[in-house]
Amino acid sequence: MTKQYEFHNRGLPLLLVMPQMVIVVIFFFWPAAQAILQSLFIQDPFGMSQKFTGISNYVALFNDKTYFNALVLSFAYAAVVAFSAMVIALFLAVQANKKIAGQTFYKTMLIWPYAVATMVAGVLWLFLFNPNIGVVAYYMKHTLGINWNHLLNSSQAFLLVTVAASWKQIAYNFVFFLAGLQSVPATLIEAAAIDGASPIKRFWRITFPLLSPTTFYLLVMNVVYAFFETFPIIHQVTAGGPGQSTSILVYRVWKDGAVNLDLGSSSTQSVVLMVIVIALTVVQFRFIERKVEY
Amino acid sequence: MKRIVATLIAMISLVGMIAAEPVTVEFWHAMTGKNGEITQSVCDQFNASQTDYKVVPVLKGSYPETLNAGIAAFRAKQAPAIIQVQEVGTATFMATKGAIYPVYKLMPENGQKFDPKVYMPAISGYYSTADGKMLSMPFNSSTAVMYYNKDAFRKAGLDPEKPPVTWTEFFDAAKKIKAAGYQGGFTTNWISWIQIENFNAWHNQSISTNGNGMNGKLDTVLQFNNPTTVKHFQTMYDLSKEGVFIYGGRENKANPLFQTGQVGMHFESIGGYGSMKAACKFEFGVARLPYYADVKGAPQNTIIGGASLWVFMGKSKPEYKAVAAFFAFLSKPEIQAYWHQNTGYLPITKAAYDLTKSQGFYKNSPGLELAINQLNNKTPTANSAGLRLGNFAQIREIEDQQWEEILAGKISVKDGLDKMVQLGNAKLREFEAANK
Repeated sequence: MTKQYEFHNRGLPLLLVMPQMVIVVIFFFWPAAQAILQSLFIQDPFGMSQKFTGISNYVALFNDKTYFNALVLSFAYAAVVAFSAMVIALFLAVQANKKIAGQTFYKTMLIWPYAVATMVAGVLWLFLFNPNIGVVAYYMKHTLGINWNHLLNSSQAFLLVTVAASWKQIAYNFVFFLAGLQSVPATLIEAAAIDGASPIKRFWRITFPLLSPTTFYLLVMNVVYAFFETFPIIHQVTAGGPGQSTSILVYRVWKDGAVNLDLGSSSTQSVVLMVIVIALTVVQFRFIERKVEY
Repeated sequence: MKRIVATLIAMISLVGMIAAEPVTVEFWHAMTGKNGEITQSVCDQFNASQTDYKVVPVLKGSYPETLNAGIAAFRAKQAPAIIQVQEVGTATFMATKGAIYPVYKLMPENGQKFDPKVYMPAISGYYSTADGKMLSMPFNSSTAVMYYNKDAFRKAGLDPEKPPVTWTEFFDAAKKIKAAGYQGGFTTNWISWIQIENFNAWHNQSISTNGNGMNGKLDTVLQFNNPTTVKHFQTMYDLSKEGVFIYGGRENKANPLFQTGQVGMHFESIGGYGSMKAACKFEFGVARLPYYADVKGAPQNTIIGGASLWVFMGKSKPEYKAVAAFFAFLSKPEIQAYWHQNTGYLPITKAAYDLTKSQGFYKNSPGLELAINQLNNKTPTANSAGLRLGNFAQIREIEDQQWEEILAGKISVKDGLDKMVQLGNAKLREFEAANK
């Protein structure tokens, strides 16, 4: 299927991939190697002295019950965020793809949140739901009689960060789904319609399978997003609390490294996190990609 | 020949230029907003007062961000000369040999007179070794006080000029304020700094062994889970069930509850006096922290919070001369008085306090004087001179987390406090192991 182009010169292709390789090496391989190295040491924050301690950082980490909780939490969080952000975005994309009045307006409005920085998104949600000054929290308390206090109620805190993180990602997913939907050949859908397939059947039998490359790409991106890029939302909205009930792995890495200056443990945690995300991505490519039709 | 003369002239003028150029040192800080402007102004005043040195203040973000930037720069051998570090970082800086140039050495070695006695002991002690050697220059120091809404007091039938003195009176007042139609009676910021650290110092109770860690030994063990603290936390928890106490979040996140008039009383740093004044649309007063009358020795004195200035190693002699000159300038009574009166932070010298008093400043801002007096209430004891814990930021975080677990009813008050101590001690042992 795919066309193969051949370079007759060996230098040119190397030259062309070089900038990308340099970026990957400097910003990924080198820090990753540093993290692995640092995870084997205990050192003071200033780097004046360091002691090689082998795997003791890892042993300490896996003996920490709160770390195990954070691990479970992060998986649950990533699953909920990726699932809800994708389902809602797909639904909206399908609706916006119909021939309706004001289509451009809807699309623009739906894509808009993507332009909001994650940090700002966190602040927006915090202001709406802050139990002391939030408008929505006030409404819930005084009109609906719901005692909203995510500062102490861990389920509410989890719900809030999940909703905020999903909201932020819907716009991104929406763009890709919409593009995917537009590349589904209209002839196929029309043919199915003539054969008497209902709109729901047409969606599940034709559109959805043809969207699978997009869906797969978004699944990978959403999981990575939930694991790493939602950091500002957690930081702004709950700061990992109450207790440690919203301290996802990446938040702990930052907290232990940047605030608590425990570089050994922080590096160890980032190595573990890296392994998890690599493993997840491998699993996705090995098993889910088989079901994808390009 | 002409050329040689020209070269010579050029060289001489170049040397002249170099000599005229002041020695420039960077000062990394975390002072934002109004306090950032005053920091800039103090540096400007220093730079204008002489021509040899120039201090350039650089805002690096929050305290942790500033600390991180400084440490990363130090590791890359690009450190600033001066860095502002929050009190929780004190033990970390002290324990690291060879990274910092202690102030008690820096000053005399770079031609500045240095008398540690001019500084307020309650402040300088926090940043000094057990034998009184000052390691960093106190910069912005504050202490915890009580703020109360005078309108709420009037509504609840309380005397707005007589704030509660003991905790019994305080809780009584809180209930009355709630009964008068307020959402709640009171809230508090900084559960760790105010309700554990200052609370224990104020009651002359030990927070940890080794004189709250101040004697420099690393085998410090937390012990603030004493009956007084347990009783205090139990009361706050019970009142939270009745809605008399409302939890507002960690750090200073409870401020809106007080500022929007939802609760009538609040605990916050005196450093927040300015923003309180700007935010509150009602008349408020500042009072001392309450105490339990049945605890012997209470009230003792409160302890400070805030930040101090540390000097990094690895700089040149002229740069250190610049730093020493800047610190001497900072310690001048008129500069301290300016800083104190404009930021609300406490003056670090007695002379600056006397000067401010003689200027009549406290007539309009009695809260600031009250905070100074509370800090200097009695000669500090081993329980109230300060607090120096390794991994201090983590310990405070553990306290915040357990307090939330207590309020959510997931753990009893006694068990929660025991757990704070137990988990905190584990962090202290880690620090001990890493710094042996």
